[in-house]
Amino acid sequence: MIIKKLALAATAAVAISAALTGAANAQSRDQIRAVGSSTVFPFTTAAAEAFGKDGKFKTPVVESTGTGGGLKLFCAGVGPQHPDVANASRRIKKSEVEQCAANGVTQITELRIGFDGIVFASAKTAAHADFSREQVWKALAKEVPVDGKMVANPYKKWSDIDPKLPNKEIEVLGPPPTSGTRDAFNELVMGEGCSKEVHKILTDKKAAEKACLTIREDGAFVEAGENDNLIVQKLTGNPDAFGIFGYSFLDQNRDKLQAANIDQVTPAYENIASGKYPVARSLYVYIKNAHVGVIPGIREYVAEYTSERAMGDEGYLADKGLIALPKADRDAARSAAVNLTPLQL
Amino acid sequence: MSVAASKSRYQSEEFAARLRRRYAAEQRFKLAGMLAVTLASIMLVVLLGSIVSKGYTAFLQTKMRLEVTIDPALAQERNYMAMLRQALYAQVPEITDRASRRSLNELLSSGAPYELEAMVSKNPSLIGTKQTVWVRADDEVDQFAKGAISRDVPESERRLNDIKIKAIDTLTAQGAISTGFNTTLFTAGDSREPEQAGIWGAIVGSFLTLVVTMLLSVPIGVAAAVYLEEFAPKNRWTDLIEVNINNLAAVPSIIFGLLGLAVFLGFFGLPRSAPVVGGLVMALMTLPVIIIASRVALKSVPPSIREAALGIGASPLQTVTHHVLPLALPGILTGTIIGMSRALGETAPLLMIGMVAFIVDIPGGFTDSATVLPVQIFMWADSPERAFTERTSAAIMVLLGFLILMNGLAVFLRKKFERRW
Repeated sequence: MIIKKLALAATAAVAISAALTGAANAQSRDQIRAVGSSTVFPFTTAAAEAFGKDGKFKTPVVESTGTGGGLKLFCAGVGPQHPDVANASRRIKKSEVEQCAANGVTQITELRIGFDGIVFASAKTAAHADFSREQVWKALAKEVPVDGKMVANPYKKWSDIDPKLPNKEIEVLGPPPTSGTRDAFNELVMGEGCSKEVHKILTDKKAAEKACLTIREDGAFVEAGENDNLIVQKLTGNPDAFGIFGYSFLDQNRDKLQAANIDQVTPAYENIASGKYPVARSLYVYIKNAHVGVIPGIREYVAEYTSERAMGDEGYLADKGLIALPKADRDAARSAAVNLTPLQL
Repeated sequence: MSVAASKSRYQSEEFAARLRRRYAAEQRFKLAGMLAVTLASIMLVVLLGSIVSKGYTAFLQTKMRLEVTIDPALAQERNYMAMLRQALYAQVPEITDRASRRSLNELLSSGAPYELEAMVSKNPSLIGTKQTVWVRADDEVDQFAKGAISRDVPESERRLNDIKIKAIDTLTAQGAISTGFNTTLFTAGDSREPEQAGIWGAIVGSFLTLVVTMLLSVPIGVAAAVYLEEFAPKNRWTDLIEVNINNLAAVPSIIFGLLGLAVFLGFFGLPRSAPVVGGLVMALMTLPVIIIASRVALKSVPPSIREAALGIGASPLQTVTHHVLPLALPGILTGTIIGMSRALGETAPLLMIGMVAFIVDIPGGFTDSATVLPVQIFMWADSPERAFTERTSAAIMVLLGFLILMNGLAVFLRKKFERRW
């Protein structure tokens, strides 16, 4: 008896899964799918929700896969099994565009949606700090130039680097290498702040670049995981530590945290928007033109995303921590969204 | 002679010392055991305490009472936000300038107009009348009402500016702000706005995933266990299979996700983020658990039952289906439920197949995009808004509730149907 039932259930299950497979192969999608950067994720999801609330289309599904992983999925091909939108916290690379083209994704629209600032923050209870990028680099690089030679980072305290800096142990919590925030930090702080002497000592360009970007591993820099909330919590418990994370987490926790000035500029909204604050990057959204008209709603979704009520100065994306582009750039994004101008690199 | 010897053996100083040492060792062992149990329970209490103390406020939601005039012209153009704003301006008359009114607008949840619209479209006769409605307040008002935002810190460090706090005070004085049970948390899908976010979508997704998991893993797992235990010859091949099953039970779950990505999405072309794929992956993951538990349950049925059945002429198949399997069923069920509750708490394999995603719509079927409860917890934990912190803990409590329910069911079934020999 039971065996019969079991056998029946088993065959039913196999039949169901076989039927699903058949159905899936012939599926067409009625829901936009986006993948990509976890930094852009809060903004793409907010726009998706506003778009879905209008009730004409289903709410897009947004996955947070990281910029690189997202673009890989995005470039895998044309068809309903591949995503329509990719979020990126950096510009698409030439190699990725070529990868896309090799898989038949020849027309991509690029939308620049706004800026994100990366802050260097500590607990409110600590003294306010002011760093130059070179100082931050010296505190975090694996090897630094001392007396014309590259040596393992000898600095234990901030005051070892510059007597004007606080007499505190160097302790920085930051994102792991898989994170886009870390990529941007490497490029904008470690790369830009890299001491000129390094290039004098290491004449090989590649070796110099590697020396600039390698972060110390002796415990002064702690990889605190992808979760920025965790960094915020750890900072409030430890006034000696600094944390590296996105501007939106500072914005939400102003009662607990303060940001250090970088090159004498405070990471305030206005300073990031005007480009004065040096550790800021542009955020991008890429659209697969071949899917427009096939997957319903892409054109309307992009219009919502680039509308003034979303990405404007007072838009809901600004509430989520996005730093709005200047008016002219917003207009450019909007016209790219309307015309679906293919990207040329 | 022997009496003297025994006297010397059992009453000597050395003997008493040995005895004391043995008793002391016993005491130490007991103490260590008690210490371990106490430590474990302290950790559990700390964990649960921190979750509950952080999360219980999420079950409450602040609402605002507004006297809304449902203007026919505005209703025509579906501008319900404007109606709510006018009502709010009228209730806070001391704030008049444009900039301050903009702050005032932010007290309303961006979901509030949809609540009003739903009400009006259900009952169109409301158009043109004045109605008292309770709408959700913005998450920052909610956090302020719950004391998570203090009015004592300087304005620049607060998410709510002085104008907003003044307005909230005015509204509170009118009795227009109150906190009630947060039904949204249990009826809505995910949202980027904490006050509109709920776990219903994730619960439905978890349910759909578990249905697929159960339909696949229970029949296959039990059939495999019955065959291996009752029918299979004992040779090198079955030994090899057994070793492999035991190994599979210990394989990290992310591996199953990678397998799902390659086979179900890559080869079969199943949709991403679908509960059916999640269920298939989870079924692979729970299969070894169910097979092992079922085999243990089958093994514990005494051989005399089988011998008696065979002795009165039952065929091996009849022996198994009529006698062995029913007697082993409580154990099999326990194993199954424990396997299922592991599948309910799993996120890692779902990462690879796209179920870690922002999904607002409640899934309606096995191929709709869906997420599951633990994934929802993970995603909320990553959100910057402070109101999501408490919602994260609330969702953890709900997940723990389900797990306790399932494990309780396993205990209950075992107690009820267990036979001892």
